[in-house]
Amino acid sequence: MTSQRSRALDATALTLGFAFLYLPIVILVIFSFNASQLVTVWGGFSTRWYAAIWQNRQLMDAAWMTLKVAAASAAFATVVGTLAALALTRYARFRGRTLFSGLVYAPIVMPEVITGLSLLLLFVSLGIDRGFWTVTVAHATFTCGFVAVVVQSRLVTFDRSLEEAAADLGATPAQVFWRITLPIIAPAVVAGFLLAFTLSLDDLVLASFTTGPGSTTLPMRIYSQVRLGVTPEINAISTLMIAAVTVLVIAASLATKRSAAAH
Amino acid sequence: MSERATRRTIILVPYLWLALFFLVPFAIVAKMSLSQVATAIPPYVPVFGLADGPAGWFAKARELSLDNYGVIVGDRLYVDAFLASLRIAAIGTAILLVIGYPIAHAMARAPERWRPILVMAVILPFWTSFLIRVYAWIGILKPEGLLNELLLGLGLIGTPLQIANTETAVLIGVVYSYLPFMVLPLYATLERMDRTLLEAAQDLGCPPWKAFWRITLPLSLPGIVAGCFLCFIPITGEVVIPDLLGGSDTLMIGKTLWTEFFSNRDWPVASAVAVLLLVILVGPIMVYQRQQARQMEAGR
Repeated sequence: MTSQRSRALDATALTLGFAFLYLPIVILVIFSFNASQLVTVWGGFSTRWYAAIWQNRQLMDAAWMTLKVAAASAAFATVVGTLAALALTRYARFRGRTLFSGLVYAPIVMPEVITGLSLLLLFVSLGIDRGFWTVTVAHATFTCGFVAVVVQSRLVTFDRSLEEAAADLGATPAQVFWRITLPIIAPAVVAGFLLAFTLSLDDLVLASFTTGPGSTTLPMRIYSQVRLGVTPEINAISTLMIAAVTVLVIAASLATKRSAAAH
Repeated sequence: MSERATRRTIILVPYLWLALFFLVPFAIVAKMSLSQVATAIPPYVPVFGLADGPAGWFAKARELSLDNYGVIVGDRLYVDAFLASLRIAAIGTAILLVIGYPIAHAMARAPERWRPILVMAVILPFWTSFLIRVYAWIGILKPEGLLNELLLGLGLIGTPLQIANTETAVLIGVVYSYLPFMVLPLYATLERMDRTLLEAAQDLGCPPWKAFWRITLPLSLPGIVAGCFLCFIPITGEVVIPDLLGGSDTLMIGKTLWTEFFSNRDWPVASAVAVLLLVILVGPIMVYQRQQARQMEAGR
């Protein structure tokens, strides 16, 4: 009796929880096919807003810039974050370790206005022109902590005897890393890269602080349009982004499943 | 590469990156917060340049002032914005815990083959644009929006509710956006929990609610701490949610900093706000960081 009741409670929690998470997204997608200019009044099915996006050069340029920044910053973040995870799991003692672990985890929770403002002031005082590279560095700094956490959770369950065996058989540390360590932690590294990539795609605050003329990202464009009022065009571009991310996530999970099955 | 050189590379590369792009900039913010605003590009009177030499530093040290902090502490607007941010973050985190815990608990008790799918389902919205998810709520909450139409249509209310542009709307946005950050750490600890403890309690005649209170809840405390800090800290500095859903009436400190910087172009005051926000949050951040480090050690 009680177990039946608790199962009903579980089902209710999951149903309501997922309804809350997904309903706004579903509504957004439905209204992207609305013929009417009014966002909340249904005026029949239409794909006119999708056609309108392709003709919006500013939006397309911003989308391209966003993808470039995301790819570059995720690459940097993956290298820095993976090394940070290795440093934290492999070396129990080194000078400044406490500060180091603080520096790795703090960017995850640090309000972005603080990180953004401080990076901007760094770039200004170094006299660096702001644009693609400054946004990329800002995003990499913000996301490498996420990569570190993901990779670290894989490293802690890592069987080190494989590395020791390779070293005993005469492999150099570099060989051990490239031939043993990296292949084993690869799924976590890939997951970290994807996480960094989407966090970068998503970021408005850091990009707004650290960007320069000509390097407007898609969230910045969307934000300035949203503030002027809700338009179905935004619904359409949002739907495209949701579709792209969903396809990417499913592809990634299928890929990891296949590689897991292959082993 | 020798063992030593490898070790040095692995530690130094991320260390230097984070020191240069995360630690050093705070020093610059602190310095900026002591300088004066000016109509120039960049819009402030520089303090301390390396080129000034010791004599120059001494002269400029006398120009440093705490005026910006005086402005902030003396102005109700800033003080209110700080208080409102902490209040919204605290209430939001509490609601998140109350909503997130049953979801995480149910996920952890679901059949094992379902769990990866449920985790994926929680993460998926987080992989779609945050800005867009907040934006979706504008269409739902505004006076002629979907929620009001639904409630009016059902005859539950006579006049449209004014939710958009209130603190309630900000709280809805906050809870919605941060839910995965609360659910996932909770799920991680609940899923690892030793289920036999509950069976033992049941065999000994302990009612389920008591077993939950005495066993499940205390054991999930690390997840509760991680989830709460993971939500509370960033919510305090939130910009986009109060701006899009809160309207002009809801002041939060992140948005105030944003306005000082982008609209008023007052970099020194914006920096002083950032320093104060950091001072308030440094405690919670350290708690979070320690929790995170401990969890990683425990997983070993």
